[in-house]
Amino acid sequence: MPTNSPTLEFKSGSFSVPILILFSDDLKAIGQQLQEKVDLAPEFFKNSPLIFDVQELNKLSRAIDIPALVDIIRQSGLLPTGIRGGTTQQNKEALALLIPVYSAHSSTLTSADTQAQKQKIIEPEPSVNASATIITRPVRSGQRLYASGDLIVLAQVSAGAEIMAEGNIHVYNTLRGRALAGVQGNVDARIFCSDLQAELISIAGNYKISEDMDMSDVVSKKSVQIYLQGHTLIIKDII
Amino acid sequence: MTRIIVVTSGKGGVGKTTTSAAIAMGFAKKGHKTAVIDFDVGLRNLDLIMGCERRVVYDIVNVIYGEATLNQALIKDKHCENLYILPASQTRDKDALSQEGVGQILEELAAKDFKYIVCDSPAGIEKGAHLAMYFADDAFVVTNPEVASVRDSDRMLGILASKSRRAEQNLEPIKEYLLLTRYSAERVKIGEMLSVADVQDILSLHLLGVIPESKSVLTASNSGIPVILDEKSDAGQAYADIVARYLGEDKPHRFIEEKKGIFGKFFGSK
Repeated sequence: MPTNSPTLEFKSGSFSVPILILFSDDLKAIGQQLQEKVDLAPEFFKNSPLIFDVQELNKLSRAIDIPALVDIIRQSGLLPTGIRGGTTQQNKEALALLIPVYSAHSSTLTSADTQAQKQKIIEPEPSVNASATIITRPVRSGQRLYASGDLIVLAQVSAGAEIMAEGNIHVYNTLRGRALAGVQGNVDARIFCSDLQAELISIAGNYKISEDMDMSDVVSKKSVQIYLQGHTLIIKDII
Repeated sequence: MTRIIVVTSGKGGVGKTTTSAAIAMGFAKKGHKTAVIDFDVGLRNLDLIMGCERRVVYDIVNVIYGEATLNQALIKDKHCENLYILPASQTRDKDALSQEGVGQILEELAAKDFKYIVCDSPAGIEKGAHLAMYFADDAFVVTNPEVASVRDSDRMLGILASKSRRAEQNLEPIKEYLLLTRYSAERVKIGEMLSVADVQDILSLHLLGVIPESKSVLTASNSGIPVILDEKSDAGQAYADIVARYLGEDKPHRFIEEKKGIFGKFFGSK
């Protein structure tokens, strides 16, 4: 029975690949510094694909010897998989070593790569929220609270009180005062509360006063969340 | 152990001085040695309500400035030998009070074996009110069933929680109690007043008692006899209940529901 399933298929994919930008043609120094970097995270760099960029060097008319460079890179355990910003001569030399040539403005790989899994650079997320601040007593009229991360209030927030957080705000009780989330401009911050009667709510500087709050979709004494959509604050039930 | 109680509200005219006089008398009548201090320097009233205005020689400011000893300034009550009044000055203002001076007076009273010290706070949140509440262990928050009073009480509760000695020294926080005064069940029913439930919803505070609106309060004030001594009046009974509840007795709440039937007519307070 003849099969109709294709043997192969071409697909476009994008991967993150480390790019090695060279500022010096001193091969010995390159080898040393590369090894130092690799030693910092041997598992991360082991067999990792690498594109080397010689554009800066060529701007200074210092054409580096490509086969020697490729050798040095391979010695440090990396797999050179491309050259960027090379001269015609350098590109020719690279191709002779079966190393593809990329244009200077693109870092996108278009060919399939057997090392795809290793190509992703995992950069640690910048730690925005140090930790959450938890408040267990009522926040009374006239009191102001500021949290550099998330703010969690387990008691009520009275009218005339003001709570602010650089992250999200959670109020597991009635919110009658003012609540300002994402005060440093975090547009993804949200406000959650179990009974919304706030005087003012704000996310990343976009605010609504109680008179303007569209409460038609929201049943009072029900948990709601408030988030930003464009520049509009959306108030929605949490089901 | 001496217990320092501040009677506070934020807003004026809600019944702080009436309450201070009544509960101080209530504690004393139960056999506890009690002092009541007027912190309303410049607008002193407590001596009038306690009926001792003609016996004031020295006041709290004299004691703070060393012009008189505490013993000279304390006035013994006519009705109850366990009760002493420390009056405020009428000729000075609140800046005459100092935290050190107040602290010293309270320490000295504690050394004299006073069981309860009732601090009658002035209205507002300025120096007088701050000093009245600063050293407190317990706070009686006096609130009328209307929005302005409730909000001011809430503000005061915030100050108690953040600016008192207990807050500053990270001790166990001040115990807060709600006293709802000038309450009229009839007016709540027709929507002219906030109900007990409304106020508790906003303040989320332990209710110590409800004092009904009563002309007996005015009569008592005018005659200089704390209303708690008028045992027939509803307000007097309400304060007696509050004192008993604070001292740990289990008393059901009264005066919250509208009075009905013939008894309502007998005991009506209009």
